[in-house]
Amino acid sequence: MDQSLVGKTFPPSRPYAVSEDNIREFVAATGGTYAGGPAPATFPIVLAFDAMNAFLEAEAIDLFRIVHGAQDFAYERPVVPGDVLTATLTVATLRQIAGNDIIGTTSAITDESGALVCSTSATLVHRGADA
Amino acid sequence: MSLPTQTFTITRADLVAYAGASGDHNPIHQDESVALSVGLPGVIAHGMFTMALAARAVEAWFPGAEVVSFGCKFTNPVVVPAEGGVDIEVAGATKEADGLTTVSLTVTCDGQKVLGMPKAVLRG
Repeated sequence: MDQSLVGKTFPPSRPYAVSEDNIREFVAATGGTYAGGPAPATFPIVLAFDAMNAFLEAEAIDLFRIVHGAQDFAYERPVVPGDVLTATLTVATLRQIAGNDIIGTTSAITDESGALVCSTSATLVHRGADA
Repeated sequence: MSLPTQTFTITRADLVAYAGASGDHNPIHQDESVALSVGLPGVIAHGMFTMALAARAVEAWFPGAEVVSFGCKFTNPVVVPAEGGVDIEVAGATKEADGLTTVSLTVTCDGQKVLGMPKAVLRG
């Protein structure tokens, strides 16, 4: 991977319609029960992950070589059922340490009106074949 | 103010369910041989799964509070055995300023911290 990736923004993920069923499945998978209302704090990872998958595919990076290094969310408002969201990923930083690529990404998650709902940054550790 | 510690158990079945719900089908969270092949100690929990448990703890301490920001580093992998499960403990302490509550979390597995500087900022 080379530095030309830094600053590159990838196409927005396809619109994702948030439903109570999506949220209920996510909450149940993390051992909770959902009684309606806003999605839990880490739910926007569903959007961010979709954008990350497209980025990895575009750059021919194997998902199984990726380990998650960090994740930060800043919320403009909670995600609620009825939202139609897209995520737009930008590569913010790229470093090489001990044969691994350390990729810093930011994803802007916006609603149908284009308003920012959540911005999230991820550090992805791409483990090199010799690491 | 320190908050009562909460304990969660993670099993391989949880990781399968989480993969489906989150869309993260990375085989390092399912398949021992793939995990070992990339130098991991075994099948590990999704970092985001552990973070989701930390979010559940925050929600249990502060029901209905609006989360302004939430973040952490994934500093140590949580290895999930094929049989049984592994326990995660979530402790927290709060500070209030400017109408916001900052919850500094300590998330451990077998006494070792697995998240780096996990922190949630809440309003209301």
